[in-house]
Amino acid sequence: MRSRHLSPRTRALLFLVIGAVLLTVSGFIGELRTYQGAQVAVYMIAIASIILLTGYSGQISLGHGAVMAVGGYGAALSFNLWHFPFAIALLFGVLVGAFGGFVLGVAAARLSGPYLAGTTLALAVGLPTIADQFHVLGGEQGLNFDIGDPPRWVVRLEGGDFTQYKWFFWISIVVALVALWGITNLLHSSYGRNWRAGRNNAVAAGLAGINVARGKVLAFTVSSALASLAGALFALLLGLVTPTAFPLSLSFAIVTGAVLAGVGNLAGSIVGGVVLVAIPELSGSLTTHLGNSQKVSANLPGLVMSSSLILVVLFMPNGLRIRKFKKQVKTQ
Amino acid sequence: MFIDTLLIGISSGAIYSLMALALVLVWRSTRVVNFAQSGQAVLSTYIGYEICLHTHNYWISLPLAIFAGAIVGSLVDLLFMRLLISRAKSGPIAEIAPVIATLGLLGLIQSFIGLVWGNTFQQYPSPLSGKGFTFGSHVIPFSPQNLFIVIASAAVLAIFGIIFKYTDLGLALRAASFQPEIAQLAGVRVSRVRNIGWAFAGAAGAVAGAVITPTSTLSPNSLDLLFVSGFIAAVIGGLDSLVGAVVGGLVLGIGFSFILQYIGGSVTFLVGFVILMVVLLIRPQGIFGHKVNRRA
Amino acid sequence: MKLGLEVIDFSVEYGAVRAIQDLSLHVVPGELVAVIGSNGSGKSTLIRALSGLIAPSHGSASWNGISILGKKPEELVRQGIVHISEGKSVIPELTVAENLALGGLWRRDKLDVAIATQESLAIFPVLASRLGQRADSLSGGERQMLAIARALISRPQLLLLDEPSLGLAPLIIEQIFLAISHLQSQFGLTVLLVEQNAMSALKIADRGLILNLGRLIKTGTPAELLADSQLRAAYLGF
Ligand SMILES: Nc1ncnc2c1ncn2[C@@H]1O[C@H](COP(=O)(O)OP(=O)(O)O)[C@@H](O)[C@H]1O
Ligand SMILES: [Mg+2]
Repeated sequence: MRSRHLSPRTRALLFLVIGAVLLTVSGFIGELRTYQGAQVAVYMIAIASIILLTGYSGQISLGHGAVMAVGGYGAALSFNLWHFPFAIALLFGVLVGAFGGFVLGVAAARLSGPYLAGTTLALAVGLPTIADQFHVLGGEQGLNFDIGDPPRWVVRLEGGDFTQYKWFFWISIVVALVALWGITNLLHSSYGRNWRAGRNNAVAAGLAGINVARGKVLAFTVSSALASLAGALFALLLGLVTPTAFPLSLSFAIVTGAVLAGVGNLAGSIVGGVVLVAIPELSGSLTTHLGNSQKVSANLPGLVMSSSLILVVLFMPNGLRIRKFKKQVKTQ
Repeated sequence: MFIDTLLIGISSGAIYSLMALALVLVWRSTRVVNFAQSGQAVLSTYIGYEICLHTHNYWISLPLAIFAGAIVGSLVDLLFMRLLISRAKSGPIAEIAPVIATLGLLGLIQSFIGLVWGNTFQQYPSPLSGKGFTFGSHVIPFSPQNLFIVIASAAVLAIFGIIFKYTDLGLALRAASFQPEIAQLAGVRVSRVRNIGWAFAGAAGAVAGAVITPTSTLSPNSLDLLFVSGFIAAVIGGLDSLVGAVVGGLVLGIGFSFILQYIGGSVTFLVGFVILMVVLLIRPQGIFGHKVNRRA
Repeated sequence: MKLGLEVIDFSVEYGAVRAIQDLSLHVVPGELVAVIGSNGSGKSTLIRALSGLIAPSHGSASWNGISILGKKPEELVRQGIVHISEGKSVIPELTVAENLALGGLWRRDKLDVAIATQESLAIFPVLASRLGQRADSLSGGERQMLAIARALISRPQLLLLDEPSLGLAPLIIEQIFLAISHLQSQFGLTVLLVEQNAMSALKIADRGLILNLGRLIKTGTPAELLADSQLRAAYLGF
C-alpha cells in the first residue's frame, strides 16, 4: 500500500536494500530454507502475475500453470537446443509466454468471469499434452534444465562455499525483485491507472477515452510474461520440465495464493508466496503431531488452503492483510 | 471401425451431457458456473462406492449415490451459495468470487475425500462386463457397461425433459431461471425452487460419476477432466439451454472419440480448448442459447 | 385496526436517496385508489416496498390489520396481495398458457384455478386464441392483459398495479383501464394503481393521490383534483 506514495528513486532503493538483505541472509540459513526461499520467490512472481491480471484488470485465469509451462519449456528448449546463455534462455521463455498470452488475451478480452475461467481451465488441461506431440519437447520425459555450477566469480565472491541451492536462491530472488520492481513501475504508469479504471467501471473508462479492451489484452500479455518467467525459474529449481510438472493444482495454487494475499495489491504477492510454501510445511509438522497418517499428510495442506480460500472470499475480500481489513470493518 | 468409434463417442458423450446438464441447471438457477460440480459428483460416487462395499450390490448403491448427489447439491446451495451471494457483492473480487469460492469448495471436498478414503485408486465395480460385445470373431470396444451408460444417461435426460416440460415443478424451475422477480411476484417460492435446481444438478452429476467410474478407477480427482468436458459441452450448447447441453455433450463425445481413433488421444483436450475458443468467439451464445450475456 | 390497506409514515431509501418520505395512505376494501406521479416520483418504489421486493427504512404497512412488512412477495401472493410490476409482468420465454398457469401454481384448489382461468380468459378473450404462443410474440397491450389475467388466477384481494399504461397506445390503454375498473366492480377487488397517465387513471379511480418527489402532496376525489387548475398544470400535465 505505502509503496504507492514512494518516488520512483526511493522505490528502486527499497528494492535494492531488500535484495541485499536477502542475499546476505542466504549465507546464514540451511540448505532446505534456501531452497524454500527460492520457491517463495518463484511463487511470488507467479502470484504477482495473477494479482496483475485479476486485481488490476479484472480478468481471471485458471490456466496460468500452463502459461508457466510455456515459459519453462521455452527456456529449457532454447538452453539445450540452441545453447543460449541462461539469462537469454530465461528471456526467450518469457517472450514465448508473452506471445502466447497476447493471443490468449485477445480472446480473453471478450469473455466475462466464468467463461474465461472455464476456458483457461481447459487450456491448463489441454496445453501440456502438446509435449507428447513433438519429439523436440521430449514427450512424457520432458526436458532437462541443468544450468550447471554457479559461475566462478560468484563462488569466489562468497569464499568458495557456494552450493547449487544458494545459487538458485540468488537467481530467483534477484529475478523476482527486478520483475516486481518493473511491475510496480508499470502499475504506477498510465497503463496501471487505465487498467484499474477499466476494472472498476468499463463503461465510464470507455467514455473517458480509455481503450478498455486493449488494456485487457496488454494486462494478459504482461501477466503471461510474468507467469512464464516464474515457470522458467520453476523448471530451474526442478532441474527439468515435464508435462506433469505444471498440473492443474499449480494453476489453482497460484490463484489461491493471490486471493489469500489480497488480489488488490501487488505487495500481497510476497505474503502469497510465503503462504504457498508455508502451508505444506506447517501442515507437514502438524501431521507429525497427529501421528503421521498418510491420509492426513496428503490432504491437510489442501484442506487448509481451500478452507482459507473460502473464508477469505466470504469474509475478507481484500485478502489476509490485517490493516486493510480493520479499515473495512470500521466503515461498515 | 467407424461404427465402433461412433458408439464409444456416444457413450462418453452421454456422460459429458450429464455433466453439462448439471452445470446448465446451476447456471440457469443461480447464474454461477459451479466449479465444484465434479467434486460433488465424485463425493456422491464415493458414497455409492462405500455402500457397494457393504452391500456388494451395485444396483443398490447406484440410486443411493444419486440421492446422495441430490442432497449434496441442495446442501451446497443452502450452506454455501446463499452465504456467498449475500456476502460477496462488492470488493475487488466480486465478479470472480463465485469462481474462486466454488474452486475452494472443490478443493475442500477433494481433501475431505482424501482424508476419509485416501488418495489411492479404488475400484467401484459394476456387475456389467467392461469387455466389448463380440460379433462373430469381431470384438467391438463397446461393452455392456457402455450400453448401460448410454441407457442410464438417456433415461435421466428424458426424466429431466419430462419434468421441465410437463410438470408444475418444471414450470416453476423455468420461470425462476428466466425471470426470478416475475416468478416471485406470481407466487413461485424462488429460493426453494432454486434449491431443487441444485439438487437436480447434483443428482445428474452423481449419475455421471456412478456410471462412468466402473469403467476406470475412483480417486478424489478422477472426475476433474469430466468437468472440463462438461463445461466445453455446456458452452457449445449455450450455457442456458438444456437441449444444448445434451447436444453439446454428444457432439463433443463423438468428436473426441474420432480424434482418439484417427489422430491420437493426447491432443483431445487441446482440441477441446480450440473448439471452446472458436465457439466463444464466433457464436458466444452457443448453438442453442439465445441470450448474449457472456461478454465482459 | 383498519380494514383494507393501511400505510403509515412510510419511508424507503436507496443508500442516501430517499425515494419515499413519510408517506401515509389508506385504501378501503373494494376501493380503487390511483397514485399519480411523474417519472421518478417514487411510484414503483412505493409498490415494490409494499409487495416485499424491497424493504422500507421506516414505517408500517398492513392489510386488513395484519402487517405485510418483512414478508417475501411469494408469501404475500398467498395472502391475496398481488403486484403486477411495471412494463408487462410476464415471462417472455414461456407460452401464454404457461404464464397463466404460473398464477395458479401454488394453489391447492385446482378446480378453482381452472374456473379462475376461464374467467380471466373471458375478460381477455384475445388471450384464449394465443395460448400456445410464446409471450414474447404478444403485443404490448396483450402482454399487459396476460399479466393481469395471471394475477387474477391467484384470486387476489388487493391488486398493486404499476403503470399498466406504460408504452401503450391510447386505445389499448382505454381497454385495459376499462378491464381494471370491471375487476373492481365484478370481483370486489381492492386496487392500488400507480400511474403517470393521470387522465386515464383518474377516470376509473374512486380517489386520487398526488405523489411528488416521494411525498404525497394532495388527496381527493378525481373531480376535486381535476377541478384544481393549479394542480392540473403543475402535476397532472394537462
Ligand atoms: N435501485 C435503485 N437504486 C437507487 N435509486 C433508485 C433505484 N430505483 C429507483 N431509484 C430512484 O428513486 C426514485 C424513484 O424511482 P421510482 O420509484 O422508480 O419512480 P417512478 O416509478 O415513479 O418513476 C428516482 O429518483 C430513482 O432514480
Ligand atoms: Mg416506475
